Amino acid sequence: MADPGPLIEPHIPALRRYAFALLRDRDRADDLVQDTLERALSRWLLRRPDGDVRAWLFAILRNLHVSRWRRDRRHGASVDIDEAAPSVAARQEAALEVHDVLAALDQLPEEQKSLLLLVGVEDFSYDDAARILGMPIGTVMSRLSRARQRLRALVETGKVTLLRRVK
Amino acid sequence: MTINDGPIVEDDLQAYVDGRLPEVRHAAVEAYLAQNPDVRERITLDIRQRNALRGQLEGKFAEPVPPRLWLANIRAARRNTMMWRLKAVAASLLVFTVGAGAGWFAANHEALAPPVTTAVAQNANAAYRTYVVEVAHPVEVASAQEAHLIQWLSRRLGKPLAAPDLMPFGYRLMGGRLLPGNGSAAAQLMYDDASGKRLTLYVRAAEGSETAFRFQRDGEAATFAWIDQGFGFAVTAPATREELLPIAEAVYRRFN
Repeated sequence: MADPGPLIEPHIPALRRYAFALLRDRDRADDLVQDTLERALSRWLLRRPDGDVRAWLFAILRNLHVSRWRRDRRHGASVDIDEAAPSVAARQEAALEVHDVLAALDQLPEEQKSLLLLVGVEDFSYDDAARILGMPIGTVMSRLSRARQRLRALVETGKVTLLRRVK
Repeated sequence: MTINDGPIVEDDLQAYVDGRLPEVRHAAVEAYLAQNPDVRERITLDIRQRNALRGQLEGKFAEPVPPRLWLANIRAARRNTMMWRLKAVAASLLVFTVGAGAGWFAANHEALAPPVTTAVAQNANAAYRTYVVEVAHPVEVASAQEAHLIQWLSRRLGKPLAAPDLMPFGYRLMGGRLLPGNGSAAAQLMYDDASGKRLTLYVRAAEGSETAFRFQRDGEAATFAWIDQGFGFAVTAPATREELLPIAEAVYRRFN
């Protein structure tokens, strides 16, 4: 059996970056990465051998994140989905500094946030990002456009604005 | 994805922001942006935000990877778990072997047997070590089916059980499982806190009168165990004695 270490290890810094951007909490982000690595090691033989290891790792991390978030939401009070995504810290800021895009990102739904991170920061191809997020490949560009539109609006107005969808 | 000489569409603009526009399309998009200042303004802002986000996260990427995320350490932890499972299997085999011809042993047994509370604490600790590291199946029945879980465990244990509410301590019920426990059934309820730290409550039938709390530490895991009304209880978590004591007291009150 080939040792998966050299194939997994180079991606740990990027996994930490993605987890941190999602959670914005050092320890919880590293917990998420640790769980991702444990799962990757235990399922190494189950992955598609010709598949891209980096995309596979990011998909594991993202799935763990989403299932936890759903579970937390089930256990907590029920809230509107647009309300649920932002962190407390982000909501407390009355006006966002233009340069703090990371904080503004917290106000987007998880899927838009992940898409902007995977494409814009992690440099995944549009197809790979779609696969990681489990969305139809044909919808990536329009979703990306909507995510950027929303982020622009946040930074321009300094607060959350619900936009009409403009085609 | 793009047609080389078609009109400029939103997909082209997004690819332009990401620097992934095919070479042949580049000039056409730039010409379009020159003619449409509104569009150019928003695309410029998109690019600025993209760069700002990358810049903000650069430091995180450059950080050294903490030891707990080194694959060697994660592997070692997994090996430990497997060893514990093997030991548990080995221990149960030993019990059968010894039990087969252990008449002579019984005479000394009373004197040699550790206090029941210690045995309960050890059982709880072994169960904790086995299941708390479990990522895929930490519990057999999840807390979503709490009523079913409690009913099932109560029936198997022969004791009306309840899942104590540990939310005041930041622990939320994940679920539970049934385990073999000293000749009868044992139940393990698992909780976790916001950081993913896990706590277990272990319950099984146990002989003996009421006892005081007994504290035991095994590496990271701390356990408080006690006997009450024919059952042994143990609360185990990676916590200090001071942190764990009020939780154990709350559980005690819940069952007493």
